[in-house]
Amino acid sequence: MKLKTKQLNRSLWGNGISLFMLMLMGAFMLLPLVYTVASSLKPTEEFYVFPPKLYAVNPTFNNFLDLWDIFANMRVPLSRYIYNTLFASITGTVLAVVFGIMGAYVLSKHDFPGKAALNRIIVVALLYTGNILAVPRYLIISRLNWLDTSMAVLAPTLASTMCIFLLRQFITTVPNAMLESARIDGAGEFRICFQMVAPNVKPAWITVTILTFQSLWNNNGSSVIFTETKKLLPAAISQVVSSGISRAGAGAAGTLIMIIPPILVFVIFQRQIIETMANSGVKE
Amino acid sequence: MKNNKLASRIWKSRISYLMLLPFLFFFFLLLLLPILVSIVLSFTSFDFFNMPVFVGVDNFITLFVEDGEFITALQNTFLFALITGPISYLLCFFIAWLINDLNHVMRSVITFVFYAPSISGSLYTIWSILLSSDRYGMINSFLISLGIIKEPLLFLNDPDMILGCLIVIQLWMSLGTGFLSFIAGFQMVNRDLFEVGAIDGIQNRWQQLWYITLPQMKPMLLFGAITQIVTAFSVGDVSLNLCGFPSVNNAGLTLTLHAYDYANLRFEMGYGCAITFILFAIMYIMHRIIGSLINRIGR
Repeated sequence: MKLKTKQLNRSLWGNGISLFMLMLMGAFMLLPLVYTVASSLKPTEEFYVFPPKLYAVNPTFNNFLDLWDIFANMRVPLSRYIYNTLFASITGTVLAVVFGIMGAYVLSKHDFPGKAALNRIIVVALLYTGNILAVPRYLIISRLNWLDTSMAVLAPTLASTMCIFLLRQFITTVPNAMLESARIDGAGEFRICFQMVAPNVKPAWITVTILTFQSLWNNNGSSVIFTETKKLLPAAISQVVSSGISRAGAGAAGTLIMIIPPILVFVIFQRQIIETMANSGVKE
Repeated sequence: MKNNKLASRIWKSRISYLMLLPFLFFFFLLLLLPILVSIVLSFTSFDFFNMPVFVGVDNFITLFVEDGEFITALQNTFLFALITGPISYLLCFFIAWLINDLNHVMRSVITFVFYAPSISGSLYTIWSILLSSDRYGMINSFLISLGIIKEPLLFLNDPDMILGCLIVIQLWMSLGTGFLSFIAGFQMVNRDLFEVGAIDGIQNRWQQLWYITLPQMKPMLLFGAITQIVTAFSVGDVSLNLCGFPSVNNAGLTLTLHAYDYANLRFEMGYGCAITFILFAIMYIMHRIIGSLINRIGR
């Protein structure tokens, strides 16, 4: 007897309509990004044309060259800001993912005194938001002597309950039997965590990587970093764009430069999620 | 005797504590401690310069009895959250579901397009240019050229339009964390169960979704719901950056902005903390309600 097809297919009509809707919405989603790209390529006079256009008539790279010139004449070289931001973003992301997987594994699969309370506190903490928290947090960071260091930028990310909660939710779907049999084979807890659990929740930690890198990369750090040579790229770009050249084009060029690395990280890592599709699904 | 038992259980779990330690260290220090400080301060009057003075529940009484702006903020926040929260949750889910069966290239492109607004924390500020209230505003000039309107609309300055604009912009940027977690969640679904379901008499895709896919995704659905509650109720930055502060007629005032106003601009930290506490209480109740709804899935 032939089994029914694995997937129940949508009708051709349904597919067509949903694709059309998706495209319509997609155009709306991309509008600001397209506008930013166009603005970064527009010469100054085109900002005053009526009606405004979504493309540059005479595209030019002058906006980018202007930004480059200003950075070239600054006391602190551009590469310094880029290094600072990359260092904080990459270190913070790696630590957040490693600490997160370990913590989430324990919180979902181990049994220990205080587990239930801790799990509840984490969810409650996730719901407590607001810039109110910035004040006590700032005082604590200064007490720890972390002000003006990368630690001040990346430590709050390591405290984020979003990562640990997301990872925990995914790890609960990993079957216990699999972990038990690994234990019987004599695998240690760290090995089980990184060699069995982590590969099984790859979509989850890749998502956490994307989100964490992005939030660290966009972190301007201006409230905790004061020395010019330690400042981060977003702070440097906003300084230049707001004071150096007061032109819409340069602003758009700056925004675009800031967006490119998170886009690269997103595209590269998101592909990893999709490629795991072939052997997707946790199997007993 | 009992103490000894607990101590030995703790000792047995030492490897668990060791693995939790790095996260717990940062969590206690930089999140839990600030939260506790903020809760304590909400029962005080504190101006940053003098020591906090304990005032009991005075702050909360003032909020509900005397502070008209707070009531406005409360109404705006609820209106905003009850519209954007559910819509963007469903959008995240259905778009993730729709693209799940497409081929690799299409999936990647569509995921990128829908996630793009969230990729930069500040990309949404472009809307202030697009919605600019003169004829040079992209949207105004487009509507004028189509003949739909004659005079430019004051999108972000007209009290009647502010909240509507903010809702649309929030929906535009709402396919973020929850969306990615749903896409990842669909990858975790065990497809072998579809065959089992087909034998058990699953008729169509909707039944497949309800009885097989969704129950497996409950943990991700809960995660998505919580992030959605937080983004929907703690809205503030969007209004601050697009409509300015204060916005015309306070039409864009939200609880987060009200707290920001008192804590950061008026140096009344205690009062600001009280507002934040109310916001937290609302989100906690919503979380309980939605959590119990998600538990019913697949039954």
